[in-house]
Order: sequence, then C-alpha cells, then structure tokens
Amino acid sequence: MSDKKKELKPNTYKFDTLSLHAGYQPHKNAGSRQVPIYQTTSYLFDDVDHAAALFNLERGGHIYSRISNPTVGVLEERVASLEGGTAALATSSGMSAIFLTVMTLCEAGDHLVVSSQLYGGTVNLFRLTLPKFGIKCTFVKPRDTEGFKKAIQKNTKGIFGELVGNPGNEIMNMPEIAKIAHDAGIPLMVDATYQTPYLCKPFEHGADIVIHSLTKWMAGHGSSMAGILVEGGKFDWMQNDKFPTMIKPYEGYHGLSFAEEFGPTAFTMKARAEGMRDFGPCLSPQNAWNVLQGIETLSVRMKKHCSNAEEMVKYLSNHESVAWVSHPSAPNHPDAELANKLLPNGKGSMIAFGIKGGKDAGVAFINNVKLASHLANVGDTRTLVIHPASGTHSQMDEATLKFAGLSHDMIRLSVGIEDIDDIKNDFEIGFRAARKPRLVSNQ
Amino acid sequence: MKFKVNGHEVFASTGGRPFDKKKPLIIFVHGSGLTHMTWVLQTRYFAFHGYNSLAVDLPGHGLSSGKSLKSIEEMADWVSEVIDAVGHKKASLVGHSQGCLVTVECTSRYPNKIKTLSLMGGAGAIPMNPELLSLAENNDPKAVDLMMDWAHGPAGHFGGHPVPGLYHINTGTMLAKSRTIQNTLGVDFRACDNYKNGFEAAKKIKCPTLSILATDDKMCPVKEGKKLAALIDGSQVDIIDNCGHMMLLEEADRVLTVLKKFITTNYPPLSS
Repeated sequence: MSDKKKELKPNTYKFDTLSLHAGYQPHKNAGSRQVPIYQTTSYLFDDVDHAAALFNLERGGHIYSRISNPTVGVLEERVASLEGGTAALATSSGMSAIFLTVMTLCEAGDHLVVSSQLYGGTVNLFRLTLPKFGIKCTFVKPRDTEGFKKAIQKNTKGIFGELVGNPGNEIMNMPEIAKIAHDAGIPLMVDATYQTPYLCKPFEHGADIVIHSLTKWMAGHGSSMAGILVEGGKFDWMQNDKFPTMIKPYEGYHGLSFAEEFGPTAFTMKARAEGMRDFGPCLSPQNAWNVLQGIETLSVRMKKHCSNAEEMVKYLSNHESVAWVSHPSAPNHPDAELANKLLPNGKGSMIAFGIKGGKDAGVAFINNVKLASHLANVGDTRTLVIHPASGTHSQMDEATLKFAGLSHDMIRLSVGIEDIDDIKNDFEIGFRAARKPRLVSNQ
Repeated sequence: MKFKVNGHEVFASTGGRPFDKKKPLIIFVHGSGLTHMTWVLQTRYFAFHGYNSLAVDLPGHGLSSGKSLKSIEEMADWVSEVIDAVGHKKASLVGHSQGCLVTVECTSRYPNKIKTLSLMGGAGAIPMNPELLSLAENNDPKAVDLMMDWAHGPAGHFGGHPVPGLYHINTGTMLAKSRTIQNTLGVDFRACDNYKNGFEAAKKIKCPTLSILATDDKMCPVKEGKKLAALIDGSQVDIIDNCGHMMLLEEADRVLTVLKKFITTNYPPLSS
C-alpha cells in the first residue's frame, strides 16, 4: 500500500462543464433539465414587506424583467463563471453593454482613454455620442502602450479597448496597459468579443471589466442580439476619490453605498440598479435562451473556428491575389509573441487581408463569393465577409479610416465552421472574379 | 460606519441605514478570511426593520485596520468591546462558521450582554486540515480555492445566486483574496484549529439560541452542529436541504426567514 499523500485539489467545475451547467439549478425549476424561458414582465410579491425588501435590495429576487429575469440571470451567471468574474449584467446588445459600462463609470466632465482600433459603432459612440453627455475621449493606437499612459488626465476614469482590434487585428498589450491603469487608480475595460472566454480570460491579465457582444461567437449562430458586462471583482473603488458614485450614499436606493455593501460585485449592482432602471436596455428571455444554447457548445465551436482560420491564413498567405494577411496566428504578425501569451487556446477566427487590385477587386470578390455571406456581423457559424471601408466603417471620413488602421483593399473575414475545402473553393471563385472585375460584375 | 476599538479603526456595515442608539443592536460576525459583505442579504433587511444592523469586519479584515486577532478568545473579547464602543449595553449576535466559535465564546464570557445567539454553519470545534492550514499560512491562493470548493454545496457549485447576475464561488474567492491571505485566512484558520473551548462554552449559554445547519456542509457537518446545539439549553435547530456551508448566500432567503422569526420573537425591534 502506498503511503504517498494525495495532494488536495479544488474540485470546482471546469470550463466545458460550466458552459453547460453554470447558473442553473433544475431542482428549483420544477426539475426542468433545460433552462426555462421565463416569458414574463413581472413577478408576484409575497406581501408588501417582500415587495419593499426587493425594491430596497434587502433580499435577492426579481421584480420586473427590465431589471432582471430568471432566464437572463442564468446567462449572466454562466458568463461570469466562464470569465472568472464575480458578476455579470446582460443587455440587449454589445453596444448597450458598452454604453451601460461607461454610464455606470462616468459622469459629465469625465474622460476616457480609448484604443483607436475598434468596431466602427464603438468608435462613433466614443467619438461623437459620449461628448454629448459631457464625456470626452482620447484615442490611442493599440500598440502604443506608452501613449495610453501619456493620455491619462486628472479626470480620466478608465481605459477601454478591444483585445484584438477590429478589423486590423492589432493586439493591445493588456497586462502592461492594465498596470498603467491601476497605477493611475482607474479600471481597464476590455471588449473581448473576438476571443470569448474560451480563448482568453482578460481578468487573468489585469482587466477589471470585460464586455462581450454575445451576438457573435458566444451565441454563435447568427440568430440573436445580446451583450454583457462582466466584473472581475478585484478593482478597489474606494482607493481614491475618483468614483464618488460607487462610494457615496446613493439617493436612489436609500443611501446605499455600492462599494461598501457589495465590494467585488459593486459595479454590476450599480449598473443594474441604476443603469437598467434608468436606461433599460434589457435582454429578452428568448434571446438569452438562444445565447445559452450557443454557449453550451462554445469550446467545440471555437476549436473548429480557430483551426479553420489557421488553415485560411496559410491559404491566403500563399495566394497570388492576396497582397497581405493579418491574423495573430501568422508568424509575421507584429504581435505574434503577445498573441501566444494571451491567446494560448487559439488566435480567433477573424482575418483581415488585402486583395490585389484595391477597392474594385474587393468589391468584385465580395459580390461573387457564393458560400461566404456578405453581411455586417462576425462570429457566426457560417463564414462571413465584408469590405469595411464600404460597410462597417463607412461612416468614417478618410482621416479616421486611416487612424483606425483601415485601407481600401481590406477584406474582413470571419471564418465559419464549414468544411475548409468548401470555404477555399468559394474564395477561388471570388478571387477569379476579382482578377477580372469588369467582366464578372453582378450587373 | 467606522469607530475605534483598542485604538484601531473598525469598519461595520450598517445595512444602508444610519446607526441609531435607540434601536436594538444585532452584530454579525463573518467567517475565516471573509468580510462583512457575506451578510448583505441579511443585514439590510434588519437595518430597515427596526434594528441597528452591524456587520463587522474583524481587525485586519475587509475595511478594518489593525492586525488579525490570533485566538477565538481574543475575537470574543473584541466583539464585547464593539458593543461598548457603539454605546450599547446588549446585543444579539449572529455568527457564521468561525464567527460561530467567536459568538459562542463571547456569549459564554459575557452572558449579561447577549440577548440572542444565532449560529450558521457552526460547530463546537473546527479542526483544520493540516495541508489547508499550511497553504493559508504560506499565502498560497490555493487555500482560498479549496475553501470555496468545500464551502459550497453541490447546488452552490452551479451558481444560482439569489441576487441576479452574481456568481457565488468567484465572489467568495475575491472577498477572501481582498487582503493578504496569510494575514487573514492563515491567522483565522490557526485560531480555529487552536480553539478547544467550544463545547464547554456552549454549556454556559442561557440566552435563546438558534442553529442553522445545512445538509451538504462539508466544513461544519450537520452532526457537529447538532452536537453543539445539544449542549445549549433550549437551542432551536433548523436544517436546510441541498445547501452547503455558505448557507447565508446559497439559501439567503430561507436563512433570512428563519433568522427574522427567531430574532424578532426573542429581541423585538423598535417599532416605528
């Protein structure tokens, strides 16, 4: 008999198990194995005392589905568990998750430092819409780590960026930028939509708030809009006087101090209690359920997305019609080393490439592929293509396009999980058309 | 609110209501390595229903200053001093886990000060697994991970937090890691391991006492909680099915309902 002592190991559930089970207890839901869709606006109170207690955050529970809903709650806990976060708040879209995050953090007169390489809608939010609320932003190129430090002002309340920039695939040095943020006593907010927690858990690299457009890989099937903000729970809101609305008694909840009462979940509690109450971008339970179905197969899908993407990188890199390819898995990618550190499970399925022949060739390619879908989304199970300069980023002027790292020959490719040979064959059709754009025009 | 005990600043959550000396006092004492935040789903209710609700951070924990106290006996004396420091003569005590050892010892030492005693996940002794103790004393975060694993029942491992969007295990982990592990969890675990007076202290308790236990509690199993309760005259016992050691969060509503009935019956609130 061996006298070797067995090492103690925590037996908490791991990623694939949490993807299927986290946030849900069947025995509290009539034994229903599947998460029920609570298609209801509101919830019965036991009595007046119970109603008052719920409104006053004295006890947990649901009041009205704009604030919370049991089906949506399962999704929130599931994503929080997968990210390693303390709490999450789901919203009607990724953009509303970003807006709610900013409005929970900032007030008029505040400032944010923001990565310049973002989804076009996010750029417009930070550049044009937030200034209308008195919140100003300074944009910094994602690779300019020192630039983030220099851009911080006395009234800066946070740094925001996409881990892998859209659509140019520049990688933000998250650990270093987190340190810059924390040295300045402000949080780092990261949009990790492209990665999902399967590829990267930003909290492990210093992020404080993680945002997802769940519409993309998390839901995965191109069926439902949803967003979420997730809280890491490490950021100390009481370390300085920059966040009075997190610390001081809040009139809207009988003098509640979110930081004192809720500590590692304070940000989410405030975002829900104030943001969902006042702005109301709630997620429908049906869409929450659809996203939950997607998350059940997240790791399986992400493996296939990533392996197909790496195959496509090789294929495109050797193609005569392609001028350049950008993907973190490409050995010549300027951030390849950083990508290996931050994205050990795969580099994602977003590829940007330049087509020889510029804009006309790009248009011909897009107009002639048959399997790949031309649309304004990413992260579908199906392969998607778009020409950003004329699509997602078309509202930008020439100078802003250049600053965002875009060019007229760029095609953005979201690699799906179809058979890889079929995707390549489809691209051959597109490339053939691109080489003779005038002869094979759709018109 | 903040006040001083033995020259050190103490933080205690008042559940969102200003402290009012006219109202009866309830003191909530947290478990090893944790903070006042574990009580959020009990304290706010009492604070809004005629009580002074005081969820303290033990010295060196959460937002309280000073160093962690090294023995359960010192912590028991400290709780008594908290009652004095806030200008009260009597209080109801509510403890969780290590907080049960502290409140049992405090009640036995200061019987005239304690109106009622409520124990959650309590036992007469909490001997520590030597490896877990060593990990905590050596500042190894694995100690927190193990504690969170054992502290949550099978259902709690899946989540299902009563507050929408909050995830049990990660929230507990962040609370326990909010200060240096060896200075909080390490000191607390050693204090629990060293404490041998729980059963003797229990025999001296005469005030109304409630024990809330959970069927899936691995840290203070039901049989240990019952053993302690049996030594306290007239002690009530409530057992929650399908729940682990963190019953105050895993089954917060049930805990609040039982606690509310027990405290309001034995130590009525100030009527408004």
